[in-house]
Amino acid sequence: MDSPLDPSPSLRIEDGVVVEMDGVRREEFDLLDHFIAKHALNLDVARGVMKTPSREIARMLVDINVPRSTILELASGCTPAKLVDIAQQMSVLEMMMGLAKMRARRTPANQAHVTNRKEHPALLAADAAEAALRGFAEVETTVGVARYAPLNALSVLVGSQTGRGGVLTQCAVEEAVNLRLGFKGLTSYSETLSVYGTEDAFMDGDDTPWSKAFLGAAYASRGVKTRYTSGTGAAALMGHSEGKSMLYLEARCLLVTHGAGSQGTQNGSISCIALPESLPGGVRVVLAENLIAMMLGLEVASGNDALASHSEMRKSAKLMLQFIPGTDFITSGYGAIPRYDNMFSGGNFDVTELDDWYVLQRDMQVDGGLVPVREEEVLRVRERAARAIQAVFNAFGFPLISEAEIEAAITAYSSEDMPDRDRVADIEAAHKLLGGPLTAIEVIKALEEAGFHDVAANILEMQRQRVIGDYLQPSAIFGDDFQVLSALTDPNDYQGPGTGYRVEGKRWSALQNLPQAWDPRTYLEGFGAAQGEIWLEGIGPARQGDQPEVVIALGPAFGAQIDHTIGGLDHRDVLSAMLQGIQDEGIPARVVRIHHTSDCAFIGYAGAQLSGSGVAIGIQSKGTTVIHQRGLAPLDNLELFSQAPNLDLDTYRQIGRNAARYATGQPTTPVPGKIDNTVRLRLFVQTTLLHLRETQQVERDRPPTELRVCLKGKCYA
Amino acid sequence: MLSDTVRTVSGCSLDELNMEALCAGELTAEDFRISGETLRRQADAAEAAGYWQLAENLRRAAELTAISNQEVFDMYKALRPNRSTYDELITLADHLENDLDAPLTAAFVREAAEVYQKRGILRNS
Repeated sequence: MDSPLDPSPSLRIEDGVVVEMDGVRREEFDLLDHFIAKHALNLDVARGVMKTPSREIARMLVDINVPRSTILELASGCTPAKLVDIAQQMSVLEMMMGLAKMRARRTPANQAHVTNRKEHPALLAADAAEAALRGFAEVETTVGVARYAPLNALSVLVGSQTGRGGVLTQCAVEEAVNLRLGFKGLTSYSETLSVYGTEDAFMDGDDTPWSKAFLGAAYASRGVKTRYTSGTGAAALMGHSEGKSMLYLEARCLLVTHGAGSQGTQNGSISCIALPESLPGGVRVVLAENLIAMMLGLEVASGNDALASHSEMRKSAKLMLQFIPGTDFITSGYGAIPRYDNMFSGGNFDVTELDDWYVLQRDMQVDGGLVPVREEEVLRVRERAARAIQAVFNAFGFPLISEAEIEAAITAYSSEDMPDRDRVADIEAAHKLLGGPLTAIEVIKALEEAGFHDVAANILEMQRQRVIGDYLQPSAIFGDDFQVLSALTDPNDYQGPGTGYRVEGKRWSALQNLPQAWDPRTYLEGFGAAQGEIWLEGIGPARQGDQPEVVIALGPAFGAQIDHTIGGLDHRDVLSAMLQGIQDEGIPARVVRIHHTSDCAFIGYAGAQLSGSGVAIGIQSKGTTVIHQRGLAPLDNLELFSQAPNLDLDTYRQIGRNAARYATGQPTTPVPGKIDNTVRLRLFVQTTLLHLRETQQVERDRPPTELRVCLKGKCYA
Repeated sequence: MLSDTVRTVSGCSLDELNMEALCAGELTAEDFRISGETLRRQADAAEAAGYWQLAENLRRAAELTAISNQEVFDMYKALRPNRSTYDELITLADHLENDLDAPLTAAFVREAAEVYQKRGILRNS
């Protein structure tokens, strides 16, 4: 985050011209200094803000009484070193507060990566459709072999607009090809405009701030949304860091981005994330760069895209820095495909972790930009997307997509499940698409004529939106019905509790509606009243015993409102096993029902008071069991079997045997317990529900009842 | 932006950009090009909201709407490092200003020529 070679913030202005910035005199300015001084700095503000202590501005960032607009104004006059100095005053928690306030768009969103190793068009279309259905606002693809770019862009365009109209798409390839894809209407945004923090790194990228800015204007002139990309580590990786800190160099990148008039940036170390992850405070730096970008008013697609660590814990913890406050795009590419097929070198998260993402949204009531989906819907859009791209290939005379390929694409997990295609023929088609006259207009016509009216209409609307240009404003995405959500139409107004974006109402219901979540009511239906013959019969108030015996004290719902344990054992079998165990030791057993409590210890305690020997077994309906003895405190016991799901019939029989041995004063080895420490986690909700049902049967003032038990034609009383 | 006032480069209104016309072959990709006027209005909106650098970018973009794809590619290439001589960049700027009604882009190219000269990233004749 800092380097001894980093300059101190400084700015000298003479006759409206910057003559010194961050300790460098104008004569020694490099390309970036010249560009920043000319285009990025608001000199009217700069004089004042450069004199304001950085700590004061840092405090304003976390002060809910200071609106976003005030910070934007102040940051507009900050040099790179000043921006770094402000961020350095802040902890990660304070920076997260800053993100919540400074994010440009009120509604957070997310971006997907859709690629595959075979560059299979039907699979690309199906995966893009699924990503769109899941709510990704942007879908980015790229290539393994560069020449595939036009076909991949086409497949992802058609697929995404099948899943949900208004998803923005791009294909990350070399700038000139990228521009041509945009001009043809095959892509609607571009985030390939890389900028670097030093002049030498910039030159290695074969660009200057002016050529990049020109390119940005060129995209806009054809109605294509653009976002620049940069991030800590890039200049260092290229060997051109000049000994400066990663954050200082990134601040320079961001000021170039801002000065060029880009509406946004993809930053947060991106593909260089492994470098900051290896340095002390590195993850804090990555958050700081997101914050600085937002202070400059930029849309931020905030990283979390490239594989950051082998540790799931570190990856998830890092994600929370952006996930909790929310950013314009929480990941700048979530692998909506298996990692195997991710052509952006792997991906930090992949399709198998989507369920975790959904649960995190539900856990924290946080909007991570995705909505849960149902399998039927996923299969439907996958098939339709594969058939839509098939229709376009047909119309264009491209190599046919067979029925076998369609069938495979519907359920394929990865491209390993897809038939191979003739790659030479596909590349030839790609070449024809890029070099020839075909554009999105012919795609729309082909789809409309093949009966894909909705997909055709969505792609047509994307072209119409390009003419309107509202989505060129900062942080623009399309919401429902192509409604533009941007910093102008949906500005972030967070100023503390009760303000800003809140997950509530219909959105909160949607985020809760996970397909794997079950309804507790249906669970309890399975535990209904004991079927068949009445096998437990009350025969009057329980009597006080005076002979050697073991009393088995049952919970209020045992064998009645609940008929099996949480481990799935029928109550008849459980009771039978315990009676058998007692019989093995040759003493009588007596069964009573406890009404006044549902607590296992107190059930056993009540039984012990009635027992002639003073020993009793207490059992709850869910199966939790205790061996109790008169004279012990209620919560004390001889043996306790607290993990009911781990108990089997053999154990219940041993419990009966041990109780009888205690009753007759014999030396007794405790029943060995099976321990499964995941049981509580797996069955906690079920336990709660079952125990509630048992507790509902409690009658506080009712004394225990003597029971007659009839099992397998034999009755005990 | 009020969509009923939008006109494309080719002069179409949004209503004219419909499926029937497209399928009848009455529309081409050129009819779906954003106009300079629309981009200038977007620039005004951006500036009013405080995004003045974005506004400048959109105004340069407005100038480029009248220039062909190929010529835009060529200009981009000319601005990349070590591609052009100083005179070539100045000639490009003059062409932008005098022939293409693009004074903002022209000034931008002139500015690049000066900085490129200072930093030694011009092509040696």
